[in-house]
Amino acid sequence: MLSYQFDWSIILSGKYFEWLLSGLKVTLQLSLAGIILSFLLGLIVAVMRMSHFSPIRWAAWAFLEFTRNTPLLVQIFFWYFGSYKFLPTAVNDWLNAQSFEFAAALIALTIYTSAFIAEDIRSGVLSIPKEQMEAARSAGFSYLRSMQYIILPQAVRITVPPLVNQFLNLAKNSSLAMTIGVMELTYQARQVESYTFKGFEAFTAATVVYLAISIIITFLVHQYNERVLKLHKAA
Amino acid sequence: MIQFTGVHKWFKQLHVLNDINLHVTPGEVMVVCGPSGSGKSTLIRTINQLEPIDQGSLVVDDMDLSDKKTDINKLRAEIGFVFQQFNLYPHLTVINNITLAPIKIRNTPKKEAEEQAMQLLIRVGLAEKRDAYPAQLSGGQQQRVAIARGLAMRPKIMLFDEPTSALDPEMIGEVLQVMQDLAKTGMTMVVVTHEMGFAREVAHRVVFMDAGTILEEAKPKDFFCNPQHERAKQFLNQLLTPMHGAGALCD
Ligand SMILES: Nc1ncnc2c1ncn2[C@@H]1O[C@H](COP(=O)(O)OP(=O)(O)OP(=O)(O)O)[C@@H](O)[C@H]1O
Ligand SMILES: [Mg+2]
Repeated sequence: MLSYQFDWSIILSGKYFEWLLSGLKVTLQLSLAGIILSFLLGLIVAVMRMSHFSPIRWAAWAFLEFTRNTPLLVQIFFWYFGSYKFLPTAVNDWLNAQSFEFAAALIALTIYTSAFIAEDIRSGVLSIPKEQMEAARSAGFSYLRSMQYIILPQAVRITVPPLVNQFLNLAKNSSLAMTIGVMELTYQARQVESYTFKGFEAFTAATVVYLAISIIITFLVHQYNERVLKLHKAA
Repeated sequence: MIQFTGVHKWFKQLHVLNDINLHVTPGEVMVVCGPSGSGKSTLIRTINQLEPIDQGSLVVDDMDLSDKKTDINKLRAEIGFVFQQFNLYPHLTVINNITLAPIKIRNTPKKEAEEQAMQLLIRVGLAEKRDAYPAQLSGGQQQRVAIARGLAMRPKIMLFDEPTSALDPEMIGEVLQVMQDLAKTGMTMVVVTHEMGFAREVAHRVVFMDAGTILEEAKPKDFFCNPQHERAKQFLNQLLTPMHGAGALCD
């Protein structure tokens, strides 16, 4: 141990640097695609969860409970090892033509994250004063149009900070995708380690990148809170 | 224009509207007053069915509200409602608050809707605030925008539920002025308010409610000079004594 020689140059240039960089790229792809898809799914689930029609409400509730109370790793394995059994052949073929690992990880991360986002959106909606719905209805908007133009836009604005937190969680959770062979940042750090035995450097680099993503995004949320949210809040 | 016939409403045990019979004619300005909890808000909110009625008949602009087939959203689009707490849409600028319903409900082209909105903003004296957010306006300014928002749908009826009660005293005048100007254009208005000066000046008729019933219905002059019921006399004394002394509005 004492003879361990730190060598940062090996991972900050050349082939290993490119491995890490390509890992970062996959991590960002997974996170960005994941947050967009899970936002859309979360929005749908949130609206279903608040539906006046109870079967729809219960279906959303079951989805939320199931998704939030099973480990993400199990869900990733489920989609990776289990999904081809019940997905239509055409879908499986298409997924294989892409990158099946990436697709399985994306599906699992999207579904998992959407459950948390749905609850964030729902508490955003519940925090909008009921007078806003009254104002919208008395202008002649239907319930759904009131949601669309008046309630959800406000709820989503309030939900941006927790949403960004979910994005950070997603970026971090995406490291689990390495277990099914997605070549994201942690996977690549591991690769670098096994080729160079410079595990300390490789994982420090990965840590710094995760940290940098967090800090930049936290800073952006702060700016958003100061500039946008204050202005759009009720007086 | 608005016809209540034997209207009742209950909140659980509470008989909040008790045999309401009332007729508001086109172009009429009616002020509703009465003690707190007497059912004024409930009454005015039944007119655009924010509160459904339990019994009796209510016909607004030839639409029967007890008929299930009545398109309630269509009815509401014809009625402007101004709330005590303004209830502007906080995420939209002033101009977008005003144009939202005309664009989305009436399918008015954006440019035309904005031109109309500017006309209304000039009318309420807030043209320079078109791009402000509600949070950047005073209470009086927000309420004037709320009135403009209601007028943007070219309603046949405007309803006001205590439009000045949440305002600092120095802002009450500017809102009442806008309402008075509106009354002069022949708008049909139902106004719940404790601003008895406004009632005296602007209203054609004053309705006094107590415990869910209409106790008095009179011309402003008669109501202020010669209230019939003991409750109405008490109410006027309480309201007027601190500032003017009883009977100050009777001349
Ligand atoms: N949604 C509701 N559920 C139950 N009770 C209600 C509801 N809304 C109003 N009430 C009750 O009905 C009665 C009449 O209320 P309403 O708001 O119509 O009175 P108001 O004359 O407008 O009073 P204020 O001057 O305080 O605004 C009150 O006793 C009130 O507590
Ligand atoms: Mg009231």
